[in-house]
Amino acid sequence: MVTPAATTPLEAELLELAGSVPDPELPVLTLRELGVVRAVHAHGADAVEVELTPTYTGCPAVEAMSADIERVLREHGVREVTVRRVLAPAWSTDDITDEGRRKLREFGIAPPRVRPASGAVAVDLGPTRTRGPRAHGAGEPVPEPVRCPHCGSADTELLSRFSSTACKALRRCLDCREPFDHFKEL
Amino acid sequence: MTTTPARDTVLTTAALALGDDALVLSHRLGEWAGHAPVLEEEVALANIALDLLGQARVLLSLAGDEDELAFLREERAFRNLQLVEQPNGNFAHTIARQLYFSTYQHLLHAELAAGDGPLAPLAGKAVKEVAYHHDHAEQWTLRLGDGTATGHTRMQRAVDALWRYTGEMFQPVEGLGIDWPALETAWLERITQVLHRATLTVPAGPRTGAWAAGAGRQGLHTEPFGRMLAEMQHLHRSHPGATW
Repeated sequence: MVTPAATTPLEAELLELAGSVPDPELPVLTLRELGVVRAVHAHGADAVEVELTPTYTGCPAVEAMSADIERVLREHGVREVTVRRVLAPAWSTDDITDEGRRKLREFGIAPPRVRPASGAVAVDLGPTRTRGPRAHGAGEPVPEPVRCPHCGSADTELLSRFSSTACKALRRCLDCREPFDHFKEL
Repeated sequence: MTTTPARDTVLTTAALALGDDALVLSHRLGEWAGHAPVLEEEVALANIALDLLGQARVLLSLAGDEDELAFLREERAFRNLQLVEQPNGNFAHTIARQLYFSTYQHLLHAELAAGDGPLAPLAGKAVKEVAYHHDHAEQWTLRLGDGTATGHTRMQRAVDALWRYTGEMFQPVEGLGIDWPALETAWLERITQVLHRATLTVPAGPRTGAWAAGAGRQGLHTEPFGRMLAEMQHLHRSHPGATW
């Protein structure tokens, strides 16, 4: 769907290079680990087009990402770099690699849970401060808990659905009492 | 990083209508910065505003130059719903406006995302973002409605006051290929369910204002909108072409 039929060795090399750029907001992650660099198409000897997808439609980091990709590829000798923003298929937190999740946790951010199948975002109904996971309907499985990235406890509560950025929620651990960011499932 | 401008008139009409909704509500929510009741809400409302601004940028870019459209159009050229231009009022008013609009936007974008029209890629992203906006509005409606007597009274007043702006949401927008009566039925069901759970009464009054000949989609706006635009546009108009 997103992978072009044939990727040349040059395109693969440039994709690797573009993917090695650190995320401007979460520099522990590379763009490849975040899953936002979709493809690199080479046009002739020294012109390439990079397909970049935003995490959120209004994510202000996209412009910095584009500038960084352009700089890295130009430094590698590519004369003409175009970064094209693609929306479909929509980015999902499931596109974050396992390595990316591990790095988020080490950085103190609870990684997004992987959803079993694609579908609507689970809307949690209940009091605003939500302690622990609950099933969303009769017979539905209880979602796995959001674990504290500091002590690993599963006993955490939601403080706010929106935190330092739109992609994160603010939670607190009820064991070690530390507040922490949770990368929301999208 | 630019989207190819489409000159198709039907697409332009639809992109302007939905883009203006997102832009205007984004600006209204941004007005809470520095005034929200608690820090978490300040951050939440600003983040919702940012999501809407991102959607507005994509949509307005389909209709023309996003900056020109946002900053250089007169009031009568805007195609947003009157609901989204309503002043923030107290916190309950803002939540009622969020509940009504995010429910509409969620249903609408889910339909658009399932189709193969030119707005489907954006709708596929927006529907996931709006699910969080809707959740936020619903939780606050429940908390205020089923909370203290003051919260209940204010939330009921807010859902009553904005009810007259909710009929306009289901005026067909040309080119979207939406079953509008079905969308309205689904919206009413979801709103009724949330209001009941919040121990609130579903407003009984008319859902359109008798004075509104057409409404926002035809460029007819309420008085507070002109003042909002003046604030939103004055910097760009005072310093044409200025950049950071």
